[in-house]
Amino acid sequence: MGLLDQKFESSNVVITTMDDLLNWARLSSLWQMQFGLACCAIEMMAASASNFDMMRFGVIPRATPRQCDVMIVSGTVTLKMASRIKRLYDQMSEPRYVISMGSCSNCGGPYWEHGYHVLKGVDRVIPVDVYVPGCPPRPEALIEGLIKLQEKIRNESLVQKKAV
Amino acid sequence: MTETTETIKTSTGRVLRTEEMVVNMGPQHPSTHGVLRLEVVLDGEIVVDVIPHMGYLHRCFEKHCEHMTNYQQVVPYVDRMDYVAAMTNEFAYVVAAEKLLKIEVPERVHYIRIIMSELQRIASHLIAIGTFGIDMGAFTPFLYYFRDREKILELFEMTCGARLLYNYIWIGGLSHDLPPGFIEKTKEFCKDFKTTLKEVNDLLNYNEIFIKRTANVGVLPKDLAINYACSGPMLRGSGVNFDLRRDDPYTMYDKFEWDVIVGKGEMGAVGDVWDRNMVRQREMWESLRIIEQAIASLPEGDVQKAIPKRIRPVPGDAYGRVEGPRGELGFYIVAEDSVTPYRIKARAPAFVNLSVINEISKGAMLADLVAIIGSIDIVLGEVDR
Repeated sequence: MGLLDQKFESSNVVITTMDDLLNWARLSSLWQMQFGLACCAIEMMAASASNFDMMRFGVIPRATPRQCDVMIVSGTVTLKMASRIKRLYDQMSEPRYVISMGSCSNCGGPYWEHGYHVLKGVDRVIPVDVYVPGCPPRPEALIEGLIKLQEKIRNESLVQKKAV
Repeated sequence: MTETTETIKTSTGRVLRTEEMVVNMGPQHPSTHGVLRLEVVLDGEIVVDVIPHMGYLHRCFEKHCEHMTNYQQVVPYVDRMDYVAAMTNEFAYVVAAEKLLKIEVPERVHYIRIIMSELQRIASHLIAIGTFGIDMGAFTPFLYYFRDREKILELFEMTCGARLLYNYIWIGGLSHDLPPGFIEKTKEFCKDFKTTLKEVNDLLNYNEIFIKRTANVGVLPKDLAINYACSGPMLRGSGVNFDLRRDDPYTMYDKFEWDVIVGKGEMGAVGDVWDRNMVRQREMWESLRIIEQAIASLPEGDVQKAIPKRIRPVPGDAYGRVEGPRGELGFYIVAEDSVTPYRIKARAPAFVNLSVINEISKGAMLADLVAIIGSIDIVLGEVDR
């Protein structure tokens, strides 16, 4: 409560831009799609469990794509799974973001050469906002990726018209 | 697919028909533990048939083994098969490879491998029970267990630098010796962890709601378990007293005193979901016993003495198996006159255990199917490989 105590003693009016207000709200409650693929999913679980507690960033796992803001692609994307990931991404409502977690979903990882059934990077089917390297990335790395995504959202504009 | 299964006549003579309905569960579903897809045929809420569909995580493990430049390079891929219990996977592969190459490793290596393998078993069971609790609606045990799992991962991290996929157990030895302070930290963990085990045992396993959800659900009879070649807690939950650590004591397991945990049907029929879960819970106690004994009698020695400089086996084949957290994990290696393996086949316990799901979930409710999947404790990396 430190901020509120010091700055808003006499009045409770804050002047800000609409963009800043919306972005502040959006980046503070990024709901994540509860969807594990492979090894990285275990680290994702660890990141949302006791020691790392991703919920303090407002990241709450939701089981359905309709309620989600961010999809964490955690693990190897196989060719069979790629079409399903595309469909899940299409079901998410905009604005939507994608964090590609781990080497496999970044570029194919250890399976890049002989993996005849592995998609070499999830960015071949859906657009990716943040890439988190590692095999698997530590929970701290995932949280860093999340903070990078929050920075990206902070600098976006929903109100102003986009240049076409 | 809709077909008439039954006709019911009401008192006024109207004919009512029930139709079967097909529901897809997965690949994106919070309680399929990965990317399993189940095609469930339902009659109302009763499960008529379950058809598992796999291959959503097929990562071409066996193809990779044939393309590595030597036998040692297979180990990281073995890690990624069953990513919840990477240490045990390495152990199984190395047991097979050492049988093929006829390497004798120092006693200290055996002891460290056993300590790591048992710590990994605890870590794996913690995930299994924790996520099973979530499936049943209990979130707290998950948080407690993950807190303690982090302590095991810290031990692994100080030993080999990795949290999840280790590449620690090498053919003929280990990548590093135990770091200073490992023994003390492990002793401390063993002591602290018993408190959590007791706590969660009361909180989850003897919880009235949990018992109501799991007792008499998904009963796997003894003969069916044997016929389907189930292994690990699946088999022991059904009352079959079989554990590779005792019945085929690889490395040095015959030197330790511990008991094989068998399901007794305390809350319902033998081999129900509660029994399987309880076998995992009690196995952690036995793992702690083994770790404590192994640490007390840890011999000295050089852990890298027996690592071969160049691996080129005589043509032949070997099968090595260990008791993983999920059951019998085996690797069959065929060697030709070359530095790369000709063929490596993995016998994955999760895949074999999953095949019984159709038999044990017939007649259950759809909500119970979630309990049954959770109790099988599948890891899709191992099922699809």
